[in-house]
Amino acid sequence: MSSTVTPSKPNVSLKPEAMQVSPAPGFFGELVQETLALTRRLFIQLQRRPSTLIAGVIQPLIWLVLFGALFQNAPKGLFGDTVNYGQFLAAGVIVFTAFSGALNAGLPVMFDREFGFLNRLLVAPLASRYSIVFASAIFIITLSAIQTSAIIAASAFLGAGWPDPLGLGLISLILLLLVLGVTALSLGLAFALPGHIELIAVIFVTNLPLLFASTALAPLSFMPRWLQMIATLNPLSYAIEPIRYLYLNSDWALNSVVMQAPWGAVTLGGALLVLLVLDVVAFFIIQPLLRRTFA
Amino acid sequence: MAPAVLIEKLQKRYGKVEAVKDVSFQVEPGEIFGLLGPNGAGKTTTIRCICTLATPDAGKIEVSSINAIANPKAARQKLGYVAQEVALDKVLTGRELLQLQAALYHIPGKFAKERIDKMISSLGLQEYADQKTGTYSGGIRKRLDLAAGLLHKPDVLVLDEPTVGLDIESRVVMWDILRQLRDAGTTVLLTSHYLEEVDALASSVAIIDKGVVIAAGTPSELKDRVGGDRITLRIREFCPLEEAEKAKDMLKSFPFVQEAIINVAQGNSLNLVVTPQSDALITIQQALQAAGLPTFGIAQSRPSLDDVYLAATGRTLMDAELAAAGSRDPKAERKQNMK
Repeated sequence: MSSTVTPSKPNVSLKPEAMQVSPAPGFFGELVQETLALTRRLFIQLQRRPSTLIAGVIQPLIWLVLFGALFQNAPKGLFGDTVNYGQFLAAGVIVFTAFSGALNAGLPVMFDREFGFLNRLLVAPLASRYSIVFASAIFIITLSAIQTSAIIAASAFLGAGWPDPLGLGLISLILLLLVLGVTALSLGLAFALPGHIELIAVIFVTNLPLLFASTALAPLSFMPRWLQMIATLNPLSYAIEPIRYLYLNSDWALNSVVMQAPWGAVTLGGALLVLLVLDVVAFFIIQPLLRRTFA
Repeated sequence: MAPAVLIEKLQKRYGKVEAVKDVSFQVEPGEIFGLLGPNGAGKTTTIRCICTLATPDAGKIEVSSINAIANPKAARQKLGYVAQEVALDKVLTGRELLQLQAALYHIPGKFAKERIDKMISSLGLQEYADQKTGTYSGGIRKRLDLAAGLLHKPDVLVLDEPTVGLDIESRVVMWDILRQLRDAGTTVLLTSHYLEEVDALASSVAIIDKGVVIAAGTPSELKDRVGGDRITLRIREFCPLEEAEKAKDMLKSFPFVQEAIINVAQGNSLNLVVTPQSDALITIQQALQAAGLPTFGIAQSRPSLDDVYLAATGRTLMDAELAAAGSRDPKAERKQNMK
């Protein structure tokens, strides 16, 4: 750097030559412009620091391989209709991948708060400060899509096979609903908690317990009744069970029963509805948290 | 002409701390206005209120005649803000940061490119623009931040402590840039706890202490109001205290000497306030000689802004700094600044 060279004397010329004020692009045009620019920033960061993306694929991959091997010799038919544990596990790990990616959505926002970069955004005349949230959501959804695609491909390679194309579309929808809700909650926490240490702590205590208290790793029939209750109230199960069903049944319908909870049967359509409700609830919960910063 | 920035009876508290108690001032279009005060005086809080990052508890803020409290979005368009701590995304290049900034201010794409190129060249950032900001030195970071603040051609550029942490060379460059901006018609509002900075740049000053404006006017007016000239006298490079006391008692008997203080921090030099008169230095030197005391150095000057501060608060800016440094809670302050 030029610490020894005299910096070229800057010649600021800011004569008030009129900047062509374009015809006002309107609220929507401005919103799109700022959201795209904020999203672009996140993708530039990802491109130059791809470790999050890679780690987000490697970790579930290790789950698949190691955990899959753990019950390699379990008697056939033990895991319901699934042929082997690897097939059973695939749905769980796919959902886990999307879930933990979305859970981390708030971290970049938290760092922006801590480093003061958020102030740069807040002093700008943004059409809506929700563009900051939209950009994060677009980024996380794309990131999750890449990661889960990799895991779906890897599980196919490891013997779980492929769902039919329409089923794959429905799996994408299920994952999208889950990611949206969890991303919203994580972003809400990023504005509510005092710092990244606290946010990481919350992520830490949420991530694995929610996984273990779901049907990701073991079927309901393995669990004591109290755990069955928890697992069937756990939103993750409402993503895992439909996906598992779609993997195994090409003749699915919205009224297919995907989970037999101790308190009743859950259909595919019902599970989708639960995820949708999760999203709506999440959006309402984070409103006051966001408004505190955005108002 | 309406003032570029108008602040009236601003108040802002954080919990029990009254960061700003009563701040009023106005910035005329096209001038450099300096908000001077020790750390912790309420400068940053005032700036954060002006830049719509904090909502004041009471008072009025107008930017280019826009009520910034009622209509923050319109005010943001008129303001360029250069924060004390430059927050750059270290993974982005300077140009990418400016592109982001241009979009946040809704500059249409075709004008943005031209405008960014112009800011890069006019702030001398050509060789850095395509490097990641993480590699920048302090001075370059600040210049990029300035470019970002100026990108949308704000009516008022607001800088919070623009040269804190910069080396002397970068500071001089920054001063130069700010003068050029003013000459080009931009209104500049800056805060500083450096007297020389405000003295060198600002055509109007408000001195703020403990959340209250204690003096305001042009630097020259403020100095005249304090009155008297200042004489700094060093009997020896490091003068024994008794000798300084002796000289002080002797000099105090002269009718033109209004006040005499021993500055222990500077080798027991003597600071005198005198009624301006042409032979003051010679008279003092002769008196010292007659008493058998040498003169290591002697200088006469007009009152400085520090003297203005001293007259208003009874302590020097440096003392206030030191006192404030002990009683501050950096953690709480960081929290305030976090949105």
